[in-house]
Amino acid sequence: MRKTNWLLLALVLVLSSFLAACSGGSSSSGGSGGDSGSGDSASGSANGDQIFNMPITDEIPSMDPSKVEDALGIQWVSEVMEGLYRLDENGKPVPGMADGEPEISEDGLTYTFKIKDNAEWSNGEPVTAQDFVYAWQRAVDPATASEYGPYMMGGVVKNATQISSGEMDLEELGVQAEDDKTLVVELEKEVPYFQSMTTFATFFPLNQKFVEEQGDQFGLEPENILSNGPFEMTEWNHSQSMKFVKNETYWDAETVQLEELNLTVVKDTSTGVNLYETGELDRAGLSADFVDQYINDANFITEPEPTVFYLKMNQKRGGEDDTPFANENVRKAVAQAINKEDYVNVILNNGSTVIDGLMPADFVSGPDNKDFRETNGSLLPYDLEAAQAAWEKAKEELGTDEITIEMLGDDGDTAAQTSAYFKDQLEKNLPGLTVENKQVPFKQRLELDNAQDYDLQVAGWGPDYVDANTFMNLWVTDGANNGMSYSSEEYDALIESANGEHAGDPEARWNDFLEAEKLLMEDAAIAPLYQRSRSALQSPKVQNVFKNASGPDYEYKWAYADNAAAEQ
Amino acid sequence: MGKYIAQRIGYMLITLFLIATISFFLMHFLPGTPITNENKLSPEQREIILETYGLNDPLPVQYVKYMGGLVTGDLGVSFQYDNRGVTQILMDRIGPSMQLGAQALLIGTILGVLLGLVAAIYHNGFMDYTSTIVAVLGTSIPSFVFAALLQYVLAVQLGWFPVATWEGFSYTILPTIALAIFPMATCARFVRTEMIEVLGEEYITTARAKGLKGSAIIFKHGIRNALIPLITVLGPLAVGLLTGTLVIEKVFAVPGIGQQFVSSVTTNDFPIIMGTTLLFAVFFIVMLLIIDILYGLIDPRIRLAGGK
Repeated sequence: MRKTNWLLLALVLVLSSFLAACSGGSSSSGGSGGDSGSGDSASGSANGDQIFNMPITDEIPSMDPSKVEDALGIQWVSEVMEGLYRLDENGKPVPGMADGEPEISEDGLTYTFKIKDNAEWSNGEPVTAQDFVYAWQRAVDPATASEYGPYMMGGVVKNATQISSGEMDLEELGVQAEDDKTLVVELEKEVPYFQSMTTFATFFPLNQKFVEEQGDQFGLEPENILSNGPFEMTEWNHSQSMKFVKNETYWDAETVQLEELNLTVVKDTSTGVNLYETGELDRAGLSADFVDQYINDANFITEPEPTVFYLKMNQKRGGEDDTPFANENVRKAVAQAINKEDYVNVILNNGSTVIDGLMPADFVSGPDNKDFRETNGSLLPYDLEAAQAAWEKAKEELGTDEITIEMLGDDGDTAAQTSAYFKDQLEKNLPGLTVENKQVPFKQRLELDNAQDYDLQVAGWGPDYVDANTFMNLWVTDGANNGMSYSSEEYDALIESANGEHAGDPEARWNDFLEAEKLLMEDAAIAPLYQRSRSALQSPKVQNVFKNASGPDYEYKWAYADNAAAEQ
Repeated sequence: MGKYIAQRIGYMLITLFLIATISFFLMHFLPGTPITNENKLSPEQREIILETYGLNDPLPVQYVKYMGGLVTGDLGVSFQYDNRGVTQILMDRIGPSMQLGAQALLIGTILGVLLGLVAAIYHNGFMDYTSTIVAVLGTSIPSFVFAALLQYVLAVQLGWFPVATWEGFSYTILPTIALAIFPMATCARFVRTEMIEVLGEEYITTARAKGLKGSAIIFKHGIRNALIPLITVLGPLAVGLLTGTLVIEKVFAVPGIGQQFVSSVTTNDFPIIMGTTLLFAVFFIVMLLIIDILYGLIDPRIRLAGGK
């Protein structure tokens, strides 16, 4: 009897020392990840199974980097692949496939990148400069019919615009392989944020032989995908679940601690919350109606996003006939007549914050390291008195007491409340104004926007790359996204100078953008509303998942699971 | 019989042709294009992309092309999931939906018929009232409320079943129950009414007078006659169940065709919209044919096509 007890004890001791050795091993191998991270990563370390179970809101439409065009595709292509650069935890581009910083010619137009010697595809072939040439040509090839290819490369990489509209041959694209590991890129103009752009899926390399073998099936199944990024896709049950595992051939595999990422397609918020509550998922997105219930939960998080929403005030219906918004005072009145604070707190209720300018907070900072929003401050806030004064003036100028406008909005849940709230605010605060709400499906709203067939529209914008330009160039005269006939010579000149003459001078360029925003707000070109946040429940085991400002929403390369934290 | 079926299949093809034609033109009234980032593209780029989707041709040309493909069984490729074949997508999605639908139909009908019979036999008794209450609740509670309730109580609180997703038989139980409630309630109400009526018929009285046992009366003379009207209800019900339901699929995260249909409409994925519509149509038409054939088998008085 006694003997067996001792035996048992001995066994337990041996076992526990084994276990301790194992867990010690995994945390030390995780050390490299801790090094590159900072601050918050110090509190915990990787322990237990390195597995995340995450929800995904829908099927991934495509894993072809030249063709991805939605948030989900961009997110997961960016985890299995890597461009010249990758965004780190601070949202700064750090070399990925590129071996160190590129050599940049004096005029800022030619970049010479070295490709890492240990950069490999998951089939063992090296990643070469030719892979970039092929991929970039493919992205702007009209035959590919990529949406982002021409959008991201046009006006940036030399001749991209002409090639994508079929006026030039693919070979004329400003990207050449000098040798296997040397990539020379010629730009159309000086682009100070070019490194940041190369983190975007359209700029990822592609192994020509592999892609051509797969034909039109490329990117549609795990076996039709070749990885050069931190993870590999191993399972893809369409519309149901996906599995990503650590890519051992990744050049920086020792930094990657996460072994497995399982995604489950969950479209319903309450289902997601239930799966989270039963421990099957490590995260659940929350819509506004769930926030009140969970706001005091220890694992409740809100993540601000650099996405801003505003009212577009169309000055010319169909691009021809003046609307009331052609009058500056009407714009000023509308822009200042909505109580935005109440709107974000009561109707949105998801951590979104009021914004009184175009540029979101915590997105870009200047040479002085000060945030753009902080520097320019509040430019067009809710101000009832100013709104009503402008309104009286406007009515006088237009010679009428009754003005009717049509407000265009989406037809989602909060969209209905949004339209009703804005209508109420505007009609109450601006006597004589009648707002007719028109709610349409998203696709139809875009169509009406393109045709400029609206007066007032609730719209939003998220960045495509980390630079002030991604927001500031939206309203140049006849810009693809203007869609409201706003035209200011002064504003156009500032944006042109920021991207031309001042492109190489960070300070002057920064000031151009600051001035441009002030001008927009003085003209009340748009009425800024709010900066969006996401609310979610997230298990404390999820560590070091970085929220990106552009490209993929999240970065998992440096992530790890702290299972001990989850058990506390 | 053979001639009748051949004739019916002929009519079915004509119906399908009409449905395909009407849906094709209606679909093109949907606002917008399948392009995801419309406001990021220049007009020329838009044209290039629409060209590759084949959407720049005049509508009649697109129509002829589509119908040409259809005749050879080619449903085209999806816009939304680039290059993925529509046939493959539909095949993948219809599986889970059909499994759920079939299970729910089976359970719903069996329970519903039993409930209805019991209610009719114990007319105005305790069992009758219980069954009526169940039937009224089943038809009046919206399925999404019921589904959410089932999920919360049986899966989250009690942990008896998986919460959601689609990984094996145990995952199908809750959605099946949620789906089965409505057909069960419908069947129960129908069978009860019919059975009460049948039991009041003179031939039942005759049977009783002959001295037949109660059970023999019910099973031999009652049920068979009471079930005929049920078949009329079951047909459309079966189509509805087998072709998936958006709500139940969404709540239980089932990769079914109901969700696929809705998402293809919101993304203007024309080939998938057409494919799903046609699939639903085929289901419906075939089901109608089966019902008509069943009528003849159950009730000899009904002669198909006036044949001999």
